[in-house]
Amino acid sequence: MTDLDSTSKELLTFKLGNQEYALDIMSVREIRGWTKTTPMPHAPAFMRGVINLRGTVLPVIDLAARLGLPPTETTERNVIIVVKCNDCMTGLLVDAVSDIIALSADDMQPPPDVTNDGGANTIRALSLIDERMIRILELESVIAKAESVAA
Amino acid sequence: MSQDTDPMAEIRASFFIESEELLEALQDGLTSLEDGDEDGEVINVVFRAVHSIKGGAGAFGLEALVRFAHRYETALDEVRGGRMEVSDKALKLFFQAADHLSDLVRESRDEGELPTERSQELLAQLDELIGDDGEDAAEEEIDFQPAGLSLDLDLGLPGLPPLDLPVAEDAPTEAPGFNIHFKPQLELYETGNEPFQLLKALHELGDCEVEILCEDIPALDDLAPEKSYLAWNIKLTTAADAAEINSVFEFVEGLCTLEITPLNAAASAPPPLDLSLPGDLPPPPPTLPDDDDVPVMAAEPAPTETDPVPVAETSELKPEPKAEKQTKAAGGGKQPAAKSVVRVDLDRIERLVNLVGELVINQAMLSQSLEQAGLSPHSDAMNGLEEFQRLTRDIQDSVMMIRAQPVKSLFQRMSRIVREASSAIKKDVRLITEGENTEVDKTVIERLADPLTHMIRNAVDHGLEDTQTRLDAGKSAQGNVRLSASHKSGRVVIDVSDDGGGINRPRVLQIAIEKGLIPEDSNLTDTEIDNLLFLPGFSTAKEVSDLSGRGVGMDVVRTAIQALGGRITIQSEPGVGTTFSISLPLTLAVLDGMVVEVAGETLVVPLNLVIETLTLSDVDMDMIRPGVLSIRVRGAFVPVFDLGVALGYREPLEDNSGCVVLLIAHEDGQRFAIMIDDIRDQRQVVIKGLDENFYRSPGIAAATILGDGQIALILDPTDIVHQAGNAAPLLDPALVSGASS
Repeated sequence: MTDLDSTSKELLTFKLGNQEYALDIMSVREIRGWTKTTPMPHAPAFMRGVINLRGTVLPVIDLAARLGLPPTETTERNVIIVVKCNDCMTGLLVDAVSDIIALSADDMQPPPDVTNDGGANTIRALSLIDERMIRILELESVIAKAESVAA
Repeated sequence: MSQDTDPMAEIRASFFIESEELLEALQDGLTSLEDGDEDGEVINVVFRAVHSIKGGAGAFGLEALVRFAHRYETALDEVRGGRMEVSDKALKLFFQAADHLSDLVRESRDEGELPTERSQELLAQLDELIGDDGEDAAEEEIDFQPAGLSLDLDLGLPGLPPLDLPVAEDAPTEAPGFNIHFKPQLELYETGNEPFQLLKALHELGDCEVEILCEDIPALDDLAPEKSYLAWNIKLTTAADAAEINSVFEFVEGLCTLEITPLNAAASAPPPLDLSLPGDLPPPPPTLPDDDDVPVMAAEPAPTETDPVPVAETSELKPEPKAEKQTKAAGGGKQPAAKSVVRVDLDRIERLVNLVGELVINQAMLSQSLEQAGLSPHSDAMNGLEEFQRLTRDIQDSVMMIRAQPVKSLFQRMSRIVREASSAIKKDVRLITEGENTEVDKTVIERLADPLTHMIRNAVDHGLEDTQTRLDAGKSAQGNVRLSASHKSGRVVIDVSDDGGGINRPRVLQIAIEKGLIPEDSNLTDTEIDNLLFLPGFSTAKEVSDLSGRGVGMDVVRTAIQALGGRITIQSEPGVGTTFSISLPLTLAVLDGMVVEVAGETLVVPLNLVIETLTLSDVDMDMIRPGVLSIRVRGAFVPVFDLGVALGYREPLEDNSGCVVLLIAHEDGQRFAIMIDDIRDQRQVVIKGLDENFYRSPGIAAATILGDGQIALILDPTDIVHQAGNAAPLLDPALVSGASS
């Protein structure tokens, strides 16, 4: 079993295309199957639209498009990760959820200092698990950036 | 102990809530005084309101508030005692003082900074008004400190320790003074007052001869220990006036029988009473000697002199005709014991409203799935569903009614705005309010305050002419601003009208041209010119005044009203006045909508905007220029916008035939049309706000959840036209193209 000391974090890993990403599990509220979104007119391309989450209107972001990857093709097997960030609920459309892992701070490396290509600050840290690279997302900038792009 | 603070905070909070109500009653009372209501009860209501605030504030040690309230009350007391006429000037000052009092209450509540300078200023004016030197008033501020509660349970019982007050053996008979007969009622003890403190206070005013009347005390067997049997006769020799004596008994008014008669020259004084044996004494004379002339009190005849019963009855235990009168005088604002009211946390109501919203959605889902199951409309399930629908609607209406509030509080705020605005620019303005009991959703009221303030200021500043111009035009010197609210066909209509000079249309036109808002050769109708006021950055004031005219004028108002789902229109007649009408939905929670389909998406159009639906055949549509289309509706050209294109859902269609066109009414009566694919349904939908800070789509007002659980967006057609037309839709498309070229 994972020993949760103060330095270790539980992360939810998921796939976008063939890449693996992870999110702090504390910000995840629930995981839903794909439902049809209602598109918002004139919204940025990564805004998939809104869905009904038990009576509230939940905006859904296509995370792949948001990070500059080819947009996710929606199939029945896609999932929406509902996250809460700064008291604001948002849905993230991803290809599939894989696992829950625990990483200590030592396992996480800061991303190499790359030039500002617009997507750099959305990755908080990198980690290696079984020789696969896991990209740990900086949720706030993913969503905050989305807002500023929209505005 | 932490428990000590919590109950106190609660009491404190309820004091401030009550203060709000009292302030409302105060405003009401002053307004009826202004309307010339001479009823003595009105001034009593006013007085009591100030007095109660003072009392409560004293209990919480809110010094500044107490001090101001006390002096204010002193001035009001002059009116109450009939020593002062309520002149216009006095009334104006009273209103200002009331405004200031409410400021003080609010600042005290929020523990903000108290505007002491303003207090001083107003107090000086109040003192001047009553011709008082203000000194003694400032000094006697201690007398209303609530007496420390020593809860001796034998209060008023025969065992009461004898009062060891030094008694003047033989006061000079010609000395000014009073005979006071004081008989506490049971309630006096129940409310924690103590006769001893009162007697002590009297003693501080001068020499007292106190005589206890014990003749009412029954035999020990019959004695009920909790009843009040004792009475006192006090012969007070003092230089103080009746008002001061009254103020001693201020807090027990209505809780005791109190008769205060000036101690006249020996002739009319009651038989001199020594401190003789209790029980032996005759009961106090039923009517005390009448004084026709009170030389010692000539300047200020005691208010209670001809009426031995105390002036203000606050006790609800003694229903008297006065109480009814009071209720009437307060205009239904304060009805003690008539209505029982529960204070509920707004959050709980919000929760209830949300739940009802869910219920409506669920019911729609249920009915949809029952229909899909192919049940016969006459089956039990369908009948039950119908009943269910009716109940849901009833529940929804009732819940909405909980949130509904009379607009009165809003109107009272506006009357303050008028007072402040008119005094700032030296115009004599009177605000007439109508329909203040009209009920509107609480959230609507809250969000109306700012736009309405702006409109009222505009009416005072721009709408009304200055006094001389008014007189020249044969109008009364006093300008009238009328604020009215009413229900009209499921909407609330709020009118702000003035009897000023009306909109100066040539000037408006000129400004609009100068500012480049419209092309120079524009030929606009009166309505179109009036509507220019709503253009952003338009301000007619030649000089920027303190009040209005900063260029953030009516367009801000209109935006705010539209955000509430409302419309605003202008009617103006030169020389007669201008009326702004706001029409608002009753609630922000539900909407009657038309469910439509465009490019495979489902959208909702607010039903009240749709005036007509048409099916398009080719011949109806004309192209004005590429991208600008119009349809012919009974000979008139109406601009038409393809919703699918406007929302970016699709490219313009090659062939529009078969499409449905909705004719939409604009606020100013202009019409335009939007083209959709199909109409699917017409139903009530629950409005769900879109997360404002995430992404705001142009043309979309809100969202709703349909029966199948899908989200449908609610359109703001005006905004769509705005976006699509790329210019103010109130202008003719031809003008728009002229302006942009």
